[in-house]
Amino acid sequence: MAQKPQTLAEKIISGRAGKDVYAGDITLVDVDVTAVQDGTGPLAVQQLEKMNLVQAANPDRTVLFIDHAAPSPQKDLSNAHVILRTFSKKTGAHLSEAGEGVCHQRLVETYVNPGDVLIGADSHTCTSGALGAFSTGMGSTDVAVGIALGKTWFRVPETFLVNVTGEFPKGVYAKDLILHLIGMIGADGATYKALEFRGETIEKMTMSQRFTLANMAVEAGAKAGLFETDATTKAYLEERGRGDKFKEIKVDEGATYERVIDIDVSKLEPTISKPHTVDNTATVGEVAGTKIDQVFIGTCTNGRIDDLEIAAKVLEGKVRHPDTRLIIVPASKEIYLEAVQKGYIEIFIKAGAIIMAPGCGPCVGVHEGALADGEACLATQNRNFQGRMGNTEGFIYLGSPATAAATAIAGVIADPREVI
Amino acid sequence: MADIMKGKSFKFGDDISTDHIAPGRLFHLRTNLPELAKHVLEDADPEFAKKVQKGDFVVAGNNFGLGSSREHAPTIIKMAGVSAVLAKSFARIFYRNAINVGLPVLICDTDQIDEGDQLEVDLAGGLIKDVTKGIELTFSPLPDAMITILNDGGLVAHIEKNKGFKFD
Ligand code: SF4
Repeated sequence: MAQKPQTLAEKIISGRAGKDVYAGDITLVDVDVTAVQDGTGPLAVQQLEKMNLVQAANPDRTVLFIDHAAPSPQKDLSNAHVILRTFSKKTGAHLSEAGEGVCHQRLVETYVNPGDVLIGADSHTCTSGALGAFSTGMGSTDVAVGIALGKTWFRVPETFLVNVTGEFPKGVYAKDLILHLIGMIGADGATYKALEFRGETIEKMTMSQRFTLANMAVEAGAKAGLFETDATTKAYLEERGRGDKFKEIKVDEGATYERVIDIDVSKLEPTISKPHTVDNTATVGEVAGTKIDQVFIGTCTNGRIDDLEIAAKVLEGKVRHPDTRLIIVPASKEIYLEAVQKGYIEIFIKAGAIIMAPGCGPCVGVHEGALADGEACLATQNRNFQGRMGNTEGFIYLGSPATAAATAIAGVIADPREVI
Repeated sequence: MADIMKGKSFKFGDDISTDHIAPGRLFHLRTNLPELAKHVLEDADPEFAKKVQKGDFVVAGNNFGLGSSREHAPTIIKMAGVSAVLAKSFARIFYRNAINVGLPVLICDTDQIDEGDQLEVDLAGGLIKDVTKGIELTFSPLPDAMITILNDGGLVAHIEKNKGFKFD
């Protein structure tokens, strides 16, 4: 037990620093898991070559993901993929090939455990915080050094406690909650901070819903989005053969928070982020009727089986609006297979959807589903920046899978409460 | 680092994202940084890469560099010859990446600086002079760990020199 009560961030980082640290301290830490993807990995490899450190301190927990442009649409990217494959062969680091899924989903499915420190060269690395791990996104060079040396440095962040109470009304989900929170505190409202999600509503949430919240912590500028571990965490690990890796991670009574934010979800409505920033939020009613040319359901935020289930329920026996394309991308191979077995994929195909390989899909505008000038997309992803889906003249709205499915049928932004 | 950096200001607004700086649609150029650098900040100002000259400054509002962790963003700003980025605030990952690639990032009140102003920045002294306006601004000091890395010329050089991390 530390001398002073600790937040989750302080506690997990202390465990890997080998000493008690508190907000504001700068410390070296041992890194358990390191990850890069096909956009950031080649640069990480180049930096390691420059440093003469082509090695992985912990190859079994170093993972190279081919997910952002997978399968590759053109030769420069194909060549970038080769850099990762070669590095994997040389060092023994794991390679997650094209089609296996989005890095953050694959990380929680297979690699990350409570109490771990994970650094990944992708901003949404914060997703794994839902497992009680301190996981954060960094650049290629930082992660390269972490890969080679098994160490990094952190400034221990101050923490905002997000205390969530109440029951979700019908048609309102974790995605609406996190969009609401970001709209409330702003895209830089939690810069350099950790968000700690607690309260009765959080305790009742599935792991998938917790991943959705943790995933978007960075959209408020946060360094991490953290959760205590509990029976839900334990069951999730057990299902994946990692039950022995479960560890109780709880905050200490009396830990210091820079700010406490209370949210009662029973008052929330389906929420949308309007172009071109995530904090530009509105209730679905305020934007209902906006014409949508493309709907995209997937990503590390909302491409899990429960998300696909919600969409399948709305789309069953229906067909997309003739002027609205519908793209669906399961976040991982595991999810894809389950969606096939449960019959969701058939529902989607019959509803006129295009199913694409597990991975990032159109999210970052690299290889599929780019928007035409002036077109609008409603997506379940986490980010709607100008140019994000391959065109600065495109407009991206963010919403939940239910809102997305309802919109695909209506051809305009639609309230999911009317169809579920 | 050069003692006093001199150049003119290119002014940007709030929330300039890494998609503005190094757009996702140019993903295929990430292994060709000199080519990518020709598009730096293109989605915020299509003419920027043509206009910027060695030593100039990028001056922005709040939350500069939000978004993805792509280190290519600060790298190509530096490659374009920019000597430092001045902003009211920075997104966390961008800030750290910038230091790692040796690009100074300074937090100051940029409202007083306009496009085209001639600036002089004294990194060690913590002072920014807007020569055009005849005013002086101060900036918040960097954490010690970051100064160590910046002085070594970035993280790669720091690790090479010290055979690991050298601070604590
Ligand atoms: S799905 Fe989108 S947000 Fe998630 S890792 Fe891929 S590009 Fe990034």
